[in-house]
Amino acid sequence: MIIYKKFIEYFNEEVSPYSLSLYRIGFGVLVMFSLLRFWLKGNIATLYIDPTFHFSYYGFSWVKPLGIYTYLLFAVCLISAFLVIIGFKYRYAIVVLFLSFTYIELMDKTTYLNHYYLVSCISFLMIFLPCSSYFSFDSKQNIKVPKWTVDSLKFMIIIVYLYAGLAKINSDWLIHAQPLKIWLRAKYMIPLIGETLLQQNFSYYLFSWGGMIYDCLIPFLLLNKKTRNFAFFMVIAFHIMTRVLFPPIGMFPYIMIFSCIIFFDSNLHKKVLDRIKNLFRLKIKDVEKFKSINNNSIRKRSIIPILTLFFIFQIIFPLRSNFYKGELFWTEQGYRFSWRVMLVEKAGFTTFKIIDNKNNKFHIVDNMEFLTPFQEKQMSFQPDMILEYAHYLGDTYKKRGFDNVSVYAESYVTLNGRPSMRFIDPKVDLYKLKNDFKHKKWIIPINDDIKSLL
Amino acid sequence: MRFFKIFISIALISFSISCTENDNQQNSTSDNYDRSALLTNVVDNIIIPAHQRFQEELTLLTENLSEFNSNRDIETLENLQLQFVETYKYWQHIEMFNIGYAEEIYYASKMNIYPTNVSRIVDNINGESFDLDNNPNQYSAQGFPALDYLLFGLGENNFEILDIYLDNQNDNPTLNYLSLLVAKMQANTTDVINYWTNNRQEFINSSGNSASSSLNMLANDFVYYYEKGFRANKIGIPAGVWSGLLPQNVEAFYKKDISKILAKEALTACTKFFNGTHFNGQFSGDGFYDYLAYLDDTNYSNSSMFIGLNDDIVSSFSNAEEKINLLDDNFINQIESNNMQMLEAYDAIQYGVVRLKTNMLSILGISVDYYDADGD
Repeated sequence: MIIYKKFIEYFNEEVSPYSLSLYRIGFGVLVMFSLLRFWLKGNIATLYIDPTFHFSYYGFSWVKPLGIYTYLLFAVCLISAFLVIIGFKYRYAIVVLFLSFTYIELMDKTTYLNHYYLVSCISFLMIFLPCSSYFSFDSKQNIKVPKWTVDSLKFMIIIVYLYAGLAKINSDWLIHAQPLKIWLRAKYMIPLIGETLLQQNFSYYLFSWGGMIYDCLIPFLLLNKKTRNFAFFMVIAFHIMTRVLFPPIGMFPYIMIFSCIIFFDSNLHKKVLDRIKNLFRLKIKDVEKFKSINNNSIRKRSIIPILTLFFIFQIIFPLRSNFYKGELFWTEQGYRFSWRVMLVEKAGFTTFKIIDNKNNKFHIVDNMEFLTPFQEKQMSFQPDMILEYAHYLGDTYKKRGFDNVSVYAESYVTLNGRPSMRFIDPKVDLYKLKNDFKHKKWIIPINDDIKSLL
Repeated sequence: MRFFKIFISIALISFSISCTENDNQQNSTSDNYDRSALLTNVVDNIIIPAHQRFQEELTLLTENLSEFNSNRDIETLENLQLQFVETYKYWQHIEMFNIGYAEEIYYASKMNIYPTNVSRIVDNINGESFDLDNNPNQYSAQGFPALDYLLFGLGENNFEILDIYLDNQNDNPTLNYLSLLVAKMQANTTDVINYWTNNRQEFINSSGNSASSSLNMLANDFVYYYEKGFRANKIGIPAGVWSGLLPQNVEAFYKKDISKILAKEALTACTKFFNGTHFNGQFSGDGFYDYLAYLDDTNYSNSSMFIGLNDDIVSSFSNAEEKINLLDDNFINQIESNNMQMLEAYDAIQYGVVRLKTNMLSILGISVDYYDADGD
């Protein structure tokens, strides 16, 4: 009963709305900046309009780029991000932001990035949070927000860090210092440390172990008031370092650094909001005291079960790889959507042979005909993409007059510096296989043992 | 508001640091691998001498041609043909360097796209207007394959071929076209050599690790050449690896008995480049072999299949050479009599392609500039 009571008490606890409002603004700005950068770099055309073929997620093959209207989709996403920032029709805006951003991510599997998934997760979460109750066009009454709404954002960040950290507890990362050894050694052009520190063997171990310990501990250091300042300093240092060492990771460091601000006291968030107010000369009245919430509406009560389900999913889903046989880094069964960030250096070489069994003729595919260099690179070492592409090729060659088609793959992959070895069973007709979530028996097991915690 | 300021300024500083990594970092000496030594060796001892030697051969070809022009008989024709073969051999040493000006003017395409387009050559000879420099459709009507046709493909034997050139001696359209092609090859080659001598220093200095740095261009071009120019064009396509036998696609289809010689020459060029062996002589300087030795990871040496990547690649070259040695000089004969051996040679080369494309490019950490990737 005491636990139940505490439970109820916790969910009735209220805090000032500064934190959520600041988070809303910052998140919107980062998403907007991300989208603009993506657009200005010409990525919309190169990734979504130019390619003839797109790799889909299972069950989402209906999500395809919209041709020239893809720009419109990005514009919709941009506008919704802007509306989120100013807090105008917030609920509609964040729903549109979540849907359009997620649609963009689902259009082509080739571009999968963990931090885009994070943006989808956070925007989904934010649909249910009263982020616009203050410092927004929407705000009418100055009311407090439930404490758990702020905590739910913290919880999301904690999940990301913990899973990222636990995934680093594996023999390649800790014992061989791979793939950091390959990556850091190639960063010789970085001023000062490139030619010195980054060429030392101990550095690779330092970075590997440091990264693992950082990811595992940082949530707790952020939660604890005494260590919070130090922790945030570490967050900045760590993510800035990753930005310098790995420029291609783009917006990720900024999203993580910003998200960690949520762990601070709401007084600090108030100060930042004041600063924004002065900077843009906004006419927002200071509120002396926020009113308590009228907590009885059914809509509000139904949110807690929804978010509970969401977080149960967040906790369980990254663990699904354990249900698969075979080495996770090799087969990648259950690899995505589980916060496994920067764990593997993989490269592959995969070609396909299409056989017309009726007329006894064959053709070896030039991947350049159907894929962009980036798609070919990604496809070459990811089994589900290999299978999907094999089916596309089979269909295409059927249309080109091939009868009774078989598709075979000649595939070699290297993982974290190991000598490359055959990846796909060359005797298996991929065209006869279905793309599903069952164990992929047609992947030749790696002849090495990678020990890992998760 | 210190907190806010610190956050913004650190973000800005980091952003500017990450933006200052440019392609042209001067390589200082330090405890790690000296990449500029590799670049210097490749440019000074391989690329430039190979180009110069090729140009000398081309000049001899031009001289033989003018001899033939002023004195058309079997002897001058044969001299010209012999020099064609010599020049073609030295071409094999520079085709892989599709960099800078060579890339800009599609030098390799203008020199060696085969099979040559005979009907277009005939049209050109017959006075159709044509643009060899800027029309991509004309690439296959010039360079070595076109010369091969004009010197060996116009008749059953040299008497028949000579007959074509004896017609209307002062203004023989076939000889005019042949002379034009050789002059074009000369001019393009001179421009490419000028590029190398003028840009030598800049090329060596650009030892960064972006997609446009010299080291990455060299590595990518080499791998691309080994896969396409060597493996596919010389062996795979004629042997029907892609779709049916195509004996008409062998290199030097009209001369016929030098396809193997050219293939072996190309493999020698690849091996020497990889090892950093000087073009003139056997001395080995710094090459990718040495760089890989530095980068190669011995963590997995307990794995049963482990041998050093650099040695593995070199042994794949010599395995390929062994298989090519078994082939007939005339690949058309080989394909028709025993194509299995062609396919075995292809497989031996393929092993090297896999090692180069996956392991070497992976371990070199060549950056993919066209997209964000967080490495998963």
